[in-house]
Amino acid sequence: MAEPLEMPLAKAINAGLRAALAADEKVLLMGEDIGKLGGVFRVTEGLQAEFGTKRVIDTPLAESGIIGTAVGLAMRGYRPVCEIQFDGFIYPGFDQITSQLAKITNRTSGAVPMPVVIRVPYGGHIGAVEHHQESPEAYFAHTAGLRVVSPSTPNDGYWMIQEAIASNDPVMFFEPKSRYWPKGPVDFTSSAAGLHSSRLVRTGTDVTLVGHGAMVATLLQAAQVAADEGVSVEVIDLRSLSPIDYAPILASVEKTGRLVVCQEAPGAVSVGSEIAATVAERAFYSLQAPVLRVSGFDTPYPSSKVEAYYLPDADRVLEAVDRALGY
Amino acid sequence: MKSEVAGVVEVSPTVRFLSVDGTFAPTEAAEEYRSQLDGLSHDDFLQFYRDMAITRRFDEECTNLQRQGQMGLWPPSHGQEAAQVGSARAARPQDVLFPSYREHAVALVRGVDIVDIVKVMRGVSLGGWDATDPSNGNFRNYTLVIGSQTLHATGYAMGLGFDGLVGTGDPTVDAAVMTYFGDGSTSQGDVSEAFVFAASNQTSQVFFLQNNQWAISVPVEVQSRIPLYLRSRGFGVPSVQIDGNDVLASYAATRKHLDEARAGQGPALIEAVTYRIGAHTTSDDPTRYQTPEQLAYWVERDPIIRYAAYLRSLGADDAFFAEVTDEAESFAADLRHRTLELEAPPLASIFDSVYSEPHPLVAEQKAWLEAYELSMKEAI
Ligand SMILES: Cc1ncc(C[n+]2csc(CCOP(=O)(O)OP(=O)(O)O)c2C)c(N)n1
Ligand SMILES: [Mg+2]
Repeated sequence: MAEPLEMPLAKAINAGLRAALAADEKVLLMGEDIGKLGGVFRVTEGLQAEFGTKRVIDTPLAESGIIGTAVGLAMRGYRPVCEIQFDGFIYPGFDQITSQLAKITNRTSGAVPMPVVIRVPYGGHIGAVEHHQESPEAYFAHTAGLRVVSPSTPNDGYWMIQEAIASNDPVMFFEPKSRYWPKGPVDFTSSAAGLHSSRLVRTGTDVTLVGHGAMVATLLQAAQVAADEGVSVEVIDLRSLSPIDYAPILASVEKTGRLVVCQEAPGAVSVGSEIAATVAERAFYSLQAPVLRVSGFDTPYPSSKVEAYYLPDADRVLEAVDRALGY
Repeated sequence: MKSEVAGVVEVSPTVRFLSVDGTFAPTEAAEEYRSQLDGLSHDDFLQFYRDMAITRRFDEECTNLQRQGQMGLWPPSHGQEAAQVGSARAARPQDVLFPSYREHAVALVRGVDIVDIVKVMRGVSLGGWDATDPSNGNFRNYTLVIGSQTLHATGYAMGLGFDGLVGTGDPTVDAAVMTYFGDGSTSQGDVSEAFVFAASNQTSQVFFLQNNQWAISVPVEVQSRIPLYLRSRGFGVPSVQIDGNDVLASYAATRKHLDEARAGQGPALIEAVTYRIGAHTTSDDPTRYQTPEQLAYWVERDPIIRYAAYLRSLGADDAFFAEVTDEAESFAADLRHRTLELEAPPLASIFDSVYSEPHPLVAEQKAWLEAYELSMKEAI
């Protein structure tokens, strides 16, 4: 059995896309600058040279057009994988995503599946200008008919992109752009978990931390600091935001009695709110403290020179851990 | 030509074969389309009439059914039958048609059971018919978000190209897409983006624009200060304007441009200038925005009356027209009968097709509703 290879998330997703393109000729990549340039984050680097301009398509600069034509291609039996260049540029395609892509299967009583993946580099930490650092996943997790996932590691990037492409449902694939470059092991032999399972990434007994995407690295950092101070923290990587795999979360809360849900996205009406509500409903008697949320603020994403105050870091997470332990 | 009647916009050069009184008098612009009519048999000419007359009759029946509380809504196609029938009859079986929500005549021609449209308007189904079932003639589902279907059509046409089904020269293989949309929808970004993607990909595709002069109450001048057929040219999609109330113009123009599209010559747009003689939908009151003169002007240009006069000049007799009237009557009676029999779908239909693959949240809510409904019944 081959040893896992160390590679960054961007390269791992690239490898996953390559595998999907090779495995099924109906798989197409579509997006702005994804061909010769390889995408602004180079996630599709080399794929057009390998698979040609009919499989890896530089589209006109129009998000609704990209998604809307992907819907038509899916009706024709294709499995389009669309790249949205940056999180904040997905909104021109919002109608085609929420009113068409998400609903066509239901509208047609299942006769017309929509195996479309929409890749979205998302989140902050990169010092960029406005519209380039947002976390819009809640809009899509709120929309019936869409599946929403976010890998946090290169291994998940490699496998989850292939699982998303294999799904017969539309999948919003949120790629934490600040995690594109750090390397991690990728095991090319087998997928560790299904597309929609959450995963226990660190065991602990005192407090449970839940997050997704780039936040997972922050949570692990916080857990290490807490351990040094004698607090045992359990960390769960959500991986999937629709559906949410609650079983590991509930099992953890039954053990620790305390839950802090963390996300970069604004906290109001967010994925974190939903998890907090569900855990309160289902694990009420296990809770020793109210479920707490650590989120971005309910403001527009700020100028990058102050983004460090906006984005939850390990200290903000630990402050909430302390509060939870204070009950 | 600019019309004398206020609020009536008609622009030359228009492709027209039949003048308002039904005489065969092709305009200059029609000449290059004239040979498209050569292959039509006498029966084909009669069939155009049958399609239009049956549509007019069931459309009226559906309006009545709505008035009687049997449907939530009905968007009438009254007045647009020629544009729809001519274009639909020009398409080949392998072509794929993406409608808006008023293309009842196209549905009829392509073999969709009209009761499936009624299902949508009665609230017993969201989609109505299975567009993947070959018996429905590749007539895709109605789309209510204005303009969005034009992008689906363009994507589908891109797929036809990728599949090698364009420009092979084999008339049974080469395929095209046609999408229907209205004058109001030309203001939507999706329609502009569809032109962009179609031109960029040189898709095998006809954009069939029915300019019925209104977007609900808003006249076409609010959407565009230039004739709408010129709109697509700036995007690189060639176009032609036709008299949409002349079924022969609609047939000939569509046939030519679909043929060219299938042959790999890229997309085209046809603007069919027509008129929505009925209300926007049964919820609408056109007397608030339409003058009686406007309506009268267009009633005079009724596509069915015009075509009937032409058929008489070809020798169609009273017996033929009586036979079609009978056929239309029984069609409408059957539709009424089957409409009244339509029942609400099972509760499971709320949940069953939200996803193609199992989704725990939806499964959980379905189980909850079933248990809840059962508990309510037991409580009684
Ligand atoms: C995006 C969107 N906005 C508004 C509406 C409400 N609406 C339904 S039909 C219509 C007018 C459409 O006019 P047109 O495109 O000319 O088509 P017609 O109804 O005349 O056939 C409007 C505004 C809608 N369905 N979709
Ligand atoms: Mg209109």
